[in-house]
Amino acid sequence: MLTFTLRRLLLALPTLLFISLIIFLLVDLAPGSPMSEIPLTVPPEVRQKMIEALGADQPVFVRYILWLRQFFWVEPATLIDGWFGLNLAGNEQRILSWQSRSPVFTVIGQRIPQTLTVIGTAYLLGIAIAIPIGIYSAYRQYSFFDQLGTLVAMIGFSVPTFFSGTLFIIIFAVWLHWFPTKYDTTLLVTDWPSFVLQLKQMAMPVMVLALANAAAISRYMRSSMLENMGQDYVRTARAKGMTERVVVLKHVLRNSLIPVVTVIALGIPSIFGGAIITENLFGVNGIGAALIGAIHANDLPMVQTLAFIFAVLIVVFNLIADVLYGLLDPRIRYE
Amino acid sequence: MADEAAPVLDVRGLTTVFHTRQGEIHAVNAVSFALKRGEVLGVVGESGSGKSVTMMSLVGLLPTPPAEVRAGQVMLGTRDLLQMSAKDLSDVRGAKVGFVFQDPMTSLNPVFTVENQICEPLTRHMGLSKAQARARSVELLELVGIPDAAKRVKYYPHQFSGGMRQRVMIAIALACEPDLLIADEPTTALDVTIQAQIIELMKDLQKKLGMAIIWITHDMGVIAGIADRVMVMYGGQVVEHAPVDQIFHSPQHPYTRALLRTIPTITGKREARLSVIEGQPPIMAQAPKACPFGARCAHHFARCDAENPQRRPLDCLPLGQGHDVACHWSAEVGYA
Repeated sequence: MLTFTLRRLLLALPTLLFISLIIFLLVDLAPGSPMSEIPLTVPPEVRQKMIEALGADQPVFVRYILWLRQFFWVEPATLIDGWFGLNLAGNEQRILSWQSRSPVFTVIGQRIPQTLTVIGTAYLLGIAIAIPIGIYSAYRQYSFFDQLGTLVAMIGFSVPTFFSGTLFIIIFAVWLHWFPTKYDTTLLVTDWPSFVLQLKQMAMPVMVLALANAAAISRYMRSSMLENMGQDYVRTARAKGMTERVVVLKHVLRNSLIPVVTVIALGIPSIFGGAIITENLFGVNGIGAALIGAIHANDLPMVQTLAFIFAVLIVVFNLIADVLYGLLDPRIRYE
Repeated sequence: MADEAAPVLDVRGLTTVFHTRQGEIHAVNAVSFALKRGEVLGVVGESGSGKSVTMMSLVGLLPTPPAEVRAGQVMLGTRDLLQMSAKDLSDVRGAKVGFVFQDPMTSLNPVFTVENQICEPLTRHMGLSKAQARARSVELLELVGIPDAAKRVKYYPHQFSGGMRQRVMIAIALACEPDLLIADEPTTALDVTIQAQIIELMKDLQKKLGMAIIWITHDMGVIAGIADRVMVMYGGQVVEHAPVDQIFHSPQHPYTRALLRTIPTITGKREARLSVIEGQPPIMAQAPKACPFGARCAHHFARCDAENPQRRPLDCLPLGQGHDVACHWSAEVGYA
């Protein structure tokens, strides 16, 4: 298992390098200038100076190599310096956002907690709702509960989050005044009332995303349970006199979780990616919002770095899904 | 020890139907039989004749719905299994009645160790502690002839061969020393040499433990090797029932005789083709009003369509103990 993981990680390196090149070139091909947000009253010579100061006038390959060096050496070194008070990075230039002139990773570090709190909670809640629903729907296939679950899942699947989000705002914020319409990023949780406030402002974005997540995962869970419910070993378990509880929650569930856990693991990068639409709708100042802002401002280093981080996460969680599969299913052994 | 003569299992008039969109399917029709301690009852018939469904009906292993056990009485010792609650039945399954199924490749749960799966009935029914159950599971594996049991008990099912897995299944079925073992085509999915080993093992275990066995098969050759008595089923009913010698030496029902003719021989002239019974077994859409074998029977005559033949003893013994047959033709001709 360890050698398998290491080998996969080594193999991932050329893949990621290639992805980074593609991302860099693609983003660079996009029309526009980092100065597009600068007022037109600024004279052209000054604009040119600003572009040179950013290094945006350099050829794309120079910028790519520089970015690679910054991403794989300077940034990790800076991170380690921050942890242990060393000075590995020295005075090397970090990846700078063209928009804010601050290091890209500083911006990401500020945005990630918002995204993880809201979208991570939504994902966990979605899983916590979906798995019991999936199990029960499969156990009582075609029952009223199952039909209802199917209906809700179909709605969760097919209604886009900008619609359900808006609907939630109208119902729960405008009509009922239960929750605030906007998420306040500056709120600090220090005591019980501020914690309640935080819960209230998280409620709507979390519900919207949890519904969408739960819809998908509960369907996976249900079909996986159904597939296993008819297996011979289930009959064997019943023939041994095991109670229905043991039959379903031990024998069937353990087998059914194998594909579902994989799906859940593969979905985790999307948490970090943020839910761009939902974050914008509720004003959660997270990664998704940062990406959209960077695209608007032609902030190429920011867009390239974020896109590449998502690529790394996807590769890593693919590997984690494979490893989990091997851990859950004894028939699979990676040599 | 209980009365030796009293039956371990006494089934009377067992009737099971399946509810489907096309209506009811009468899978088991008024089946009656009994088993004494240590007896082996062979149940034969082709696929779809109701052998497995009958045995699954006994202990509530059929999913309800679509299945419904409509009538009958299943006395295990002094208790009627059909009158029991689902919970009480699950106390009987595994404890008093063990099951071995056809396909050992799929009958064991792939994600749990063999030890885990043997320990389950032991802790559930026998009230053993986990440590006791683990020790017992090694003994059971040794009992069914798995070498190096102490090590192998930690293995997962996929690390065993087909024959070994079937031995594990047998160990699970016998874990709580049941009074009755129901073996549903336990050798059908195995190689011929492995089949012979499993049959030998079962005979051996039966001598040691003394449980009664119901052995379902469609292989007459297997029956000859192991059964004391044979029950031939067709269309969800018992068409002939006799001690094993009489089934082979004086079969009465045309279906039994046809089945016997399908056994290939290794002596004598080599026939161009294996003998087959023409046609398909019936799908029992109604409760039978005619002989279910009528359409395929060479001796079919008017009465066979008018009336479903009842089981009729051919000797002085009560029904289900000696030789009996359900056939109008055999009654008319008096063939014996």
